[in-house]
Amino acid sequence: MTAHAALDVDALLSDPTIQIVVCCGAGGVGKTTASAALAVRAADAGRTVVVLTIDPARRLAQALGLTRLDNVPRVVQGVGSDSGGQLWAMQLDMKRTFDEIVEEHSTPQRSRQILSNPFYQSLSSSFAGTQEYMAMEKLGQLRTRGDWDLIIVDTPPSRSALDFLDAPQRMARFLDGRMLRLLAAPAKAGGRAYLKVVGVGFTVFARVLTRILGTQVLTDVSAFVGALDTMFGGFRERAEATYEMLCQPGTAFLVVATPEPDALREASYFVARLYADSMPLAGVIINRVHRSAVAKLSGQRAETAAETLEEMGDQELTAAVLRIHVELMFTARREQRLTSRFTKAHPEVRLREVPVLTGEVHDLTALRTVGAALAGEAG
Amino acid sequence: MTAIAKDFPAARLHIVTGKGGTGKTTIAAALAIALACGGRRTLLVEVEGRQGIAQLFDVPPLPYREKRVAVAPGRGEVLALAVDDEAALLDYLDIFYGLRRAGRALRKMGAIDFATAIAPGLRDVLLTGKVKEATTRTSEGKRVYDAVVLDAPPTGRITKFLNVTAEVGGLAKVGPIKSQSDGVMAVLRSSQTAVHLVTLLEEMPVQETIDAIADLSATGLPVGAVFINAARPSLLPAADARRATAGRLGVSRVAAGLELAGLDGKALAKPLTAQAVEDAQRYAIQNESRERIREVKRPTYELPLLAGPIDRSDLFELADILHGAGVR
Repeated sequence: MTAHAALDVDALLSDPTIQIVVCCGAGGVGKTTASAALAVRAADAGRTVVVLTIDPARRLAQALGLTRLDNVPRVVQGVGSDSGGQLWAMQLDMKRTFDEIVEEHSTPQRSRQILSNPFYQSLSSSFAGTQEYMAMEKLGQLRTRGDWDLIIVDTPPSRSALDFLDAPQRMARFLDGRMLRLLAAPAKAGGRAYLKVVGVGFTVFARVLTRILGTQVLTDVSAFVGALDTMFGGFRERAEATYEMLCQPGTAFLVVATPEPDALREASYFVARLYADSMPLAGVIINRVHRSAVAKLSGQRAETAAETLEEMGDQELTAAVLRIHVELMFTARREQRLTSRFTKAHPEVRLREVPVLTGEVHDLTALRTVGAALAGEAG
Repeated sequence: MTAIAKDFPAARLHIVTGKGGTGKTTIAAALAIALACGGRRTLLVEVEGRQGIAQLFDVPPLPYREKRVAVAPGRGEVLALAVDDEAALLDYLDIFYGLRRAGRALRKMGAIDFATAIAPGLRDVLLTGKVKEATTRTSEGKRVYDAVVLDAPPTGRITKFLNVTAEVGGLAKVGPIKSQSDGVMAVLRSSQTAVHLVTLLEEMPVQETIDAIADLSATGLPVGAVFINAARPSLLPAADARRATAGRLGVSRVAAGLELAGLDGKALAKPLTAQAVEDAQRYAIQNESRERIREVKRPTYELPLLAGPIDRSDLFELADILHGAGVR
C-alpha cells in the first residue's frame, strides 16, 4: 500500500564507502536511541564504529558503558566480537571540547588566560550554538583520528533540527567576525579612521552596549579576542571544512521523525534543506509507528462486534480486547494519513517505518532489538 | 477555594515547561483558556520563535504584539504574544536609550544578532523581562492580565533560562541590564510565579521532570504543579489487566467471545489477545510512572490522550477538564 521506496538500513550500515552517518530530527523522536542502536548493529555486522552521543538518557548511557564522561571514545564490551567488528562510544562534553581546542592551539600560559576569561566561560558553556559547533568539531576530530571506519553522530536537541547545520557557521562567523574585532579594539583603531570604517551607528551601538553590559564585558571580550587572534584565526575555516565533509558522498544523513505533525514538519524542513545544499540524504526513519497484526479486521467491524458483546453483557474481556483493536486501528490510520502526506511531498525520499516498542532501552539486548526494528526485521 | 488557587494562591505567572514531545505548548494553551474562564483575561506567551501558538489556535503567525486568539467560556479572553529577541532588544534600546531608529539601522548591520549573541544571558533577560512586564503591567490601577502563561523552553534548558541573574551576573555586575535582571529574578522567585512541568507517563519524560524539579528547587525557583498529559485509561477490566501483564490472559475466553459476536475466533483470538497484552503492559508502565511522580509530592493534574492531532477545539476540551479539576 505504501508507494514510497524503502530505506535499506543494513545496506547503508554495511556500505564501506559510507564513513559518517548523521542522525537528525526534532527533539523527542528517539534520535539518540536510534544512533546507539545503529552503531551496535553496524559493529555486530563487522564494522569498526564510534558513536558520538549528545545527551543520552542515563540508562542508555549505562547500556553503552558510558560511565566515565571524559570526552574520549571508549570501547563497548560485548559488541561485534563474532564478526570482527568493534563499537566505541562517547558522550559529547561541549565545554571540554572547546577547552581542548584552545589548549591545542596555544601556549599553556595563553590558554590559561583564555580559559579563565569570563567572556570565554559564558561563550563555551551557554552560547546558543556552542553545542552544535562542538559536535561538529568533535566529529571532525574523530574523522581525523581515523581509528574507525564508521562514525555515527547523534545531533543536539536544538530548537530546530536545522540548527545543527547552521549554528557552527553562525558561531564561526561570530568569532571571526568584524563586529567582534571592532568591539574588541575600538581604542586601537581610534579616531577618524575608525569612524570611517564602521560608521557612526556602530560607535553609538558600542557605547550603548558598554552602558548596558558595563565596561568589564568589553574588556573581557577584548582580552579574549586578543588572545585568540594570535593563535588561530580559523574558526570559520574549521566550521566550513566540517560542513564540506558533510556534503561528501561518504556521509549519509538519516532524518528521524515520529508520525506526528510537528516531527514530520521538522523532517520536511530538513529534507528540503539537505536537497537545497546537495547534502547526501540516505532516508527518513519514521519511529514509533502503530500497526496492528490483525489489520484485516477493520476498526468498524471490531467496533460493531464490541457493541454486540456489550449489549449481551458478561463479555467484558472480549469487548475490551476488541476496543483495544479499534483504538489501534484508528491510531494506525491517522499515522498513515500523516505519513502519506509526507511521502506525497517528498516522493523520492526513502522511508523506513519502525513499529513502536514497549519498554525502555537499558541494555545491549534492547539496543539490538531496536536495531533489528530499524533494519525492518519483524519483531 | 480552587485547586490552583489552593496550591498557588498568589500565582499569576504560570511558566510551563516539559521534555520535548510531551505537549507543553498544548498544556500552556489549555491552561491559558482555563484561567480565562469567567470573564478574565490571560496572556499566552511563547519565546522560541516556533509559532507553536499560532499553529495550535489555527491563526496566522503571531506578530510581536499582543493579539486575541480565543474567547474563553464566560466571556473571558486569551491573548497571545510571540516574543522575538531582536524586537525585545529594540524595545529595550528604545525605552532606556531612545534608540528606536538607530536600532533599526543596527539590525540591518546584524548588530542586534551580535549583541544577543555576545551575552547569551542578555537574550534571556530580554525575553523573561518582557514576560515580567506583561505580568506586572497595570492600567488605571488595575492589572491588565489576570494571569500570564509562558510556553517556556524545554526541561533541559529551563533552569538556565529562568536563572537570569546568574547568567548575566558573570557578565554585567552593574548597570541597567543588571538591575533589569534583578527585577526579573525577584518576580520569578516570588510566589507570583509557578513553574509547572508537563510529562507523559513514560520513563524518560518522568525522569526529566524529576531532575528538573530538583534543579529548579536548588535555584530557588518556585516549582508548581505536574501536568500529566496524554494518560490512557485501561480498556481491560482490572482483573484481566492484571492477568495480561502477568502474561496469563486466556486466549480461549477471547475466542469464545469473538465467536459469539460472529467473528472468526480461531484466527483472531491470538493476535487480538497479544495486542491486549501489549496494551496492558503499556498501562502498567503508566502506573509505575504515576507512582514515581507521586513521590515528588507536587500537585498533579491529569489529562487524557485525545484522538488525532491536537486542534483548536481540543484545547477547549482540555481547558474544560482543567477547569473541572479546579484550575481557575
